[in-house]
This record gives sequence, C-alpha cells and structure tokens, in this order.
Amino acid sequence: MRFSFFNVARQALSGNQGWPAQWRSPEPKASYDAVIVGAGGHGLATAYYLAKEHGLTNVAVLEKGWLGGGNTGRNTTILRSNYLWEESAALYEHALKLWEGLSQELNYNVMYSARGVMMLAHNTHDVQVAKRHVHANRLAGVDNEWLTPEEAKAFCPILNIAPDIRYPIVGAALQRRGGTARHDAVAWGYARGASARGVDIIQNCEATAIRRDASGAVSGVETTRGAIATRKIGVVAAGHTSVVMAMAGVRMPLESYPLQALVSEPVKPMMPCVVMSNTIHAYMSQSDKGEMVIGAGTDSYISYSQTGGLHIANHTLEAICELFPPVRRLRMLRNWGGIVDVTPDRSPIIGLTPVPGLYVNCGWGTGGFKATPGSGHVFAHTVARGEPHPLAAPFTLDRFRTGRLIDEAAAAAVAH
Amino acid sequence: MLLIPCPYCGMERPELEFRNGGQAHVARPLDLAAADDGEWAEYLYFRSNPKGVLAERWRHVSGCGRFFNCLRDTVSDKILAVYKAGEPTPDLKGGASA
Repeated sequence: MRFSFFNVARQALSGNQGWPAQWRSPEPKASYDAVIVGAGGHGLATAYYLAKEHGLTNVAVLEKGWLGGGNTGRNTTILRSNYLWEESAALYEHALKLWEGLSQELNYNVMYSARGVMMLAHNTHDVQVAKRHVHANRLAGVDNEWLTPEEAKAFCPILNIAPDIRYPIVGAALQRRGGTARHDAVAWGYARGASARGVDIIQNCEATAIRRDASGAVSGVETTRGAIATRKIGVVAAGHTSVVMAMAGVRMPLESYPLQALVSEPVKPMMPCVVMSNTIHAYMSQSDKGEMVIGAGTDSYISYSQTGGLHIANHTLEAICELFPPVRRLRMLRNWGGIVDVTPDRSPIIGLTPVPGLYVNCGWGTGGFKATPGSGHVFAHTVARGEPHPLAAPFTLDRFRTGRLIDEAAAAAVAH
Repeated sequence: MLLIPCPYCGMERPELEFRNGGQAHVARPLDLAAADDGEWAEYLYFRSNPKGVLAERWRHVSGCGRFFNCLRDTVSDKILAVYKAGEPTPDLKGGASA
C-alpha cells in the first residue's frame, strides 16, 4: 500500500489497523540469480536497484541479524559529498543527488534534511586543507564554501569562537546541501521497495560458506537456513567483509575497528546544522527528536567488539564541551559502537574480485551512510553487468596492486 | 580501555601508554628488486583482519619505548599472551585456557 494523503486519512479513520507489513519475510528458495550478503542500507539499496533498473528480481538479501541492525542503525546520519579527489567527489555527489529525490523515489519518508554540514578549521594546516577542498569541490561542481569564524557562528549560534580556547576556530568549510537523513527509514524504504519488486529479504540467516565449482567460479552459498545455489554473490558486509571474503579464500586490504557514537537526552531545538571537526575528532548534530547526536573516533586496534574504549568517547566529549558550551550540562543517554572496515587509502572498494561471480562493496570505513543510495546504485550495475559502473571503476580491489590509490584520509572526520 | 602487560617492564599498564603497531610478523620482501606488484601490495596493504586471535604489535611509547608482540582475541579484546620482539609466537593450545 502506497503512503499517500488518501491512505493516511483512510487508515486513521479505521484505527490504523489496516497497514500491511512493509516487506515479506519468505523462506529462502533453493536458488537465486543473485544473492546479496548483508541487509544494511548498502545491501538493500543494491537489491532495490538490481530489481528496479536491471530487471533482476530473483534476488535474495541475507542478513545474519535483523535488517538495518548493523552500521546502518549505528551511524550519525550525516550526508555530504565534499570529498577531495575527482573520483570520490563524483561518487559521493552521485549519492547526494539520489538522496535529494529519495523520499519520492521510495514513497517512504527518509527525512532528508539539507541543513548544511560545516567542517571546522583550528590551525593553519586545517585552513590550507579545507580551502583546498573548497576549491577542488567547486571545480568538480560540488558546493562548498569558506566561512570566517563570525560567519560560522552565525550559521551555528551555539558555536564557541572565542580565540582563547584550546583549539580556537579560525574558519570553516560549509556544504549547504549536506545534512542528515533518518538512517532506519533508508533501510526500511529500500527493503520495502525491493520486497515489492520480488526480492526476498531473509533475516536471521547467516552466510557460513561460499561454494565454488571446478572452474573456481561461485556456485552457491551455505547459510544457517540451508544451502542456496547462485552464480552471483555480492558481499556488502561492512565490518565483517574480511570474514565473509575469507570463505571464498579472498584476502582483503581491510582492518575492522570499533567506531563510537553517543546521543544526549532530548532537548528543544538548539542546533540548526551539522558541525564536524577533523582535528579534534568530534562532530555533532541534533536529531528531530531533540537528541544531540555525537560521533566519536575509532579505537586504535582491530576489534569486532562493537563497543570501543570509554576514553575515546571521553576525548570527543571534552572537545564537544569546549566547542559547544551550552551542551555541558546535558546527560548522555546512550553510547554504542559499530565495526567499520577501513582501507589503507580510506576509499571504498566496489567491484569484481579474483573469484568469478563474487563481487564486493566494502571499505566505506567511518563514512558509509552518506553513500548508501549511490553505493547501491553503482554496485547493482556492477553485479548485474559483471563489469564496474563508470563511477565505481576507479574503486577496484586491484588498485592496491597497481598503486592507483584514492587517498581520502583527510576527508574522514574521525581518528583512524 | 585495555590493560596491557608490557613484557619488558613486566607490569600491566593502561592502553594510553601504548601505540598499536598493527599486525605482527609482516615480513618485508627479501629481494626488493625481484618483488612484483602483488608481493608489494601484500606487504604494504593487505593485513590479517581475523574475527578471533590476532598477532599484533604494540609499542610502549610512554614507558620503555620498545615494540613487543601480543596475541589478542578481537571479539572479547582479551589479551591472551605477550612476547618480546624476536621471540616465537606462543602456542595457545598448550596450556592457555584463557
């Protein structure tokens, strides 16, 4: 059933008892044309575009937990496309353009809010890096502008621009089209759209082995709910990508780290935008419920613990308290961690692997949420056609052998 | 925060005194000129990322300043063994009930 004014009014009159389930929960079939491992935002978007744009509807999305329960439900919901290199700017801008029309596309309110993302500069080095980003972005057709501290404070009134703090604000780069979206709604919207087009979303079903035929090509996947035959597998498993790829004997240039976030108790609207600081590893925005959503850094060591050390969050809160004095008395409601897969050049890997029929979309590290629609869109093309989408072509696994890295370490807003 | 036993100092100290040095026992290609792109990629960029026991390096920067190796479970973050650089990797099966 579509969400429309008519249907909302009709359901309201009947006590909202008539809404159907948003997606089907079928038993896994014995075979599929393609299987996506991982029902997070990226995996569900991949399945949606496979069905919608490539006519591939005999598709399963396997999820070991519940859909959207991994990093999709753990991120800080920030969207932007102001990356330095042309390859990255093109990919993230592709995603941002899809975000702009996503609620209409999915008939599902993803609460995209272009409230602006402001990235702070605290010293000469920051200013040089930020201005370089501003100029590179404007040449690439991506909006980004330089603000003085006074202009930054006008854009975010709770910002502390006093010159005598430990890390004074000496300027900021602002992408006005950046903002936030509701992370759960993105997963739910794509799941609903994919399911309506025939994709089977199978939750509580963990891939345990990848089967290959005599030629080495993919022939199926074994799961906790039985074996499934397929000639195409797309691995979209975020922090567990190394584990899944090892089932096919493929070694990945990835390291998995816990990345933390926190939310405060809800308060009345006090922050109209997103503010990030690369240098002191803090970023914050306010959710529509009123919670201050705060992103912290990663631990320094590989871990799958989904928690992270308290000193990491503490370090971020010290910075937040200095940058935003009014939040000092807020209590934190929740603190959690997600496992992010980080590549050596901080850019994702989207494409083919040495195993025929096995495709991978990973390495989004600490900033994958913003790319969700674009990532799914280009990866669906890659899986359906068996060759990379033009925007995904630079992001091959092979670039670590050829040396054509896409070094976006400066674009990430957190400590690695 | 981890409590890490430094095998040189002989005591447990908080993680803040240490720097993580990544995967242990990554060997540089012996014949540099003969190493092809694949071997260089493996040496420079490909790392073990196990969900389980990992051999990693730590450096006690705020203590003795020395590198040592550590076996840690990446799910529980429990440190199973530490050993000095140059020493063989301890066999966990023999006695370590963790």
